[in-house]
Amino acid sequence: MPINYYLFLSLALFSIGVAGVLARRNALIVFMCIELMLNAVNLLLVAFSRMHHTAAVLLDPTSKAGAEAQILVFFIMVVAAAEVTVGLAIIVMLYRNIRSVDINFLNRLKY
Amino acid sequence: MIRFIYLVPLLPLLGFLLNGLGRKAFSRKAVSVIGVGTVLLAFGISLSLFFETLPEGFLPQTVKLADFIDTGRVKIPFSLLVDRLSVLFLLIITSVGSLIHLYSTAYMQEEATSDYARYFSYLNLFVFSMLVLVLGAGFVTMFIGWEGVGLCSYLLIGFWFRNPAYNDAAKKAFVMNRIGDLGFLLAVFWMLARFGTAEFSGVFEQAPEATAAVLTGITLLLFVGATGKSAQIPLFTWLPDAMAGPTPVSALIHAATMVTAGIYMIARSHVLFNLAPITQTVIAVTGLATALLAASIALRQHDIKKVLAYSTVSQLGYMFLGLGVGAYTGAVFHVMTHAFFKALLFLGAGSVIHAMHHEQDIRRMGGLAARMPVTHLTFLLACLAISGLPPFSGFFSKDEILMAALAKHPAYYLFGLAGALMTAFYMFRLYAMTFRGAFRGSAEQAAHVHESPMAMTLPLMVLAVFSVAGGWLGIPEVIWPGAHRLAAYLAPVLAGDDGEALNVAHLSHATEWALMGGSTLAILAVVAFAWRRFSQSPSTEEKPSTGLAALLDNKWLLDECYAWLVVRPLQAISRYLSDILERNIIDGLVNGIGRGVQYISRQLRLLQSGQVGSYLFIMVFCMVLFFIVQMFWKP
Repeated sequence: MPINYYLFLSLALFSIGVAGVLARRNALIVFMCIELMLNAVNLLLVAFSRMHHTAAVLLDPTSKAGAEAQILVFFIMVVAAAEVTVGLAIIVMLYRNIRSVDINFLNRLKY
Repeated sequence: MIRFIYLVPLLPLLGFLLNGLGRKAFSRKAVSVIGVGTVLLAFGISLSLFFETLPEGFLPQTVKLADFIDTGRVKIPFSLLVDRLSVLFLLIITSVGSLIHLYSTAYMQEEATSDYARYFSYLNLFVFSMLVLVLGAGFVTMFIGWEGVGLCSYLLIGFWFRNPAYNDAAKKAFVMNRIGDLGFLLAVFWMLARFGTAEFSGVFEQAPEATAAVLTGITLLLFVGATGKSAQIPLFTWLPDAMAGPTPVSALIHAATMVTAGIYMIARSHVLFNLAPITQTVIAVTGLATALLAASIALRQHDIKKVLAYSTVSQLGYMFLGLGVGAYTGAVFHVMTHAFFKALLFLGAGSVIHAMHHEQDIRRMGGLAARMPVTHLTFLLACLAISGLPPFSGFFSKDEILMAALAKHPAYYLFGLAGALMTAFYMFRLYAMTFRGAFRGSAEQAAHVHESPMAMTLPLMVLAVFSVAGGWLGIPEVIWPGAHRLAAYLAPVLAGDDGEALNVAHLSHATEWALMGGSTLAILAVVAFAWRRFSQSPSTEEKPSTGLAALLDNKWLLDECYAWLVVRPLQAISRYLSDILERNIIDGLVNGIGRGVQYISRQLRLLQSGQVGSYLFIMVFCMVLFFIVQMFWKP
């Protein structure tokens, strides 16, 4: 499959994520949109590694080039999962404090 | 023995370290033994070195101790040069030095033990520096000692540092010396740039290839250094003030050794100076002017040490006259005889001051001859020597310089002779007012006047012998052909390749006899006049002086002139800098930067609105911006 499809899919996912972050006020939704952006990037990483591998095999059938990224992407997911727990914990604390998850109420974070 | 040459400066350094570090722990006796012993040992080694240099055909030797500065282009070893000139100076320094150390053990008896040890450690450090200066085989090594003696002179002049006036004198000496040192330093840099080395051998070898302008520049800068250290016009005013230090210090530093550093340096680098006739004329004229100026000031001083100080400046002027007319042997000869009789005069003055309970005004002395026979006799011999009467040592050395001056230009001789007459006058004025006539001090002083202890009179007697006999090393050709031992001894170093040609053209013997006889008679007449005039007491000098005398009393108003010409403008500039430049421009700059940062940060603070949405927007906006820049901007 040509790389273009992956690129456009990834771009679409990332843009949706950006739009969501900018437009939505619910902290949970914003958070999900951030995850969406992260996964768009992950997708891009896997797609490029596959492309790289295909090109390398043509030159040398035994080549294992590009295999690292396929593993790396799992690491990214694991770290992202860990990060999600921290983010969710912050949102929980936020809710306990202001009884809301609307980010526009977070306007006391200034000088 | 030459292998152990490093011991000569090392021993006094050791004495300095021991006495300096252990000044609270050692007893007075231990301090004296260390202080005097180290210098005496150095004297012993110098003496054996001297005998090694005596045989005909002795070759100068350089002993390299270490690399001092070793970069790719510039190599400066720390090495010592042993030749007849440096060994002669070693002898002068260590012999006079050890006598003065011995004398000090009695003179400084009243000090607390820790001060006593401090004094001896400074004295040893001074001897060490002077020995390094003399032994150094290059201008840089010499400069180490050169700076060292400047420092020690500061420390010793300000030895009684609880008196602010003494501190001022010490600072004055240091600053004046620094001005001269700058000239020396510039000369060293110039030599390094031009010749690539500052070792004597390298510089002198390459000197004839340099242009006259370069040589004149270098030698003039070296001479500026010499005027600072050796108290010549215009940097001589520190020496009379330096009399604030203890009297043995005056004898050691400001008469016998430190001030001769400039003479030694010029005699050592005579190869350069011979190639720069302009500098030689400058040196001769400066020396002569200094000799006359200082002698005229000494005519009306009342402080026993001040008279001697101005006489030192004047005698140094003679030595520079000798250097300027090319009579290097004569100048070194005068350094030697002067070291003996001037040390003797200062130590004698110290003995008098000690006996008079720190009274230094000769108007309140008189009639001490009977009370202090040894001091009196030795002082009289020194006065005869410095006045230049035969057969005392001063006659031979001064005569040699004056004859050389006459061969160069008759005016040099006439002015030189005038200076010599003034010298005879003020020395015998000093002698008569101190030792002759009736006692003019208080009754209490009269009861206490006594001869000084053995430790003080012994150096006086030894120095008196040298003051009388020291000149016999250099009896001129005309009196006894072939008896100028010193010239023969120094010839390999000072005459250079041209042999005697460098030394002055000889006058006819008849002229020399006539001049010698004439000057001796004139000096005798002046001595007799001064003796008669000032032996009468009571002194008639209480009425205020007028005209020229008032000018002389005020030392030609030189200090005032310097204050007007140098100190006041400097103060005005620094006041301008501190009040206007500092306050408005530098402070303004610093405060302005501070205020600007505060203003900008106040504005930037507004960006932090607290709206999470706006933060996110800025973040995304900047990411897009970077993206666009990355894509479309090609540097």
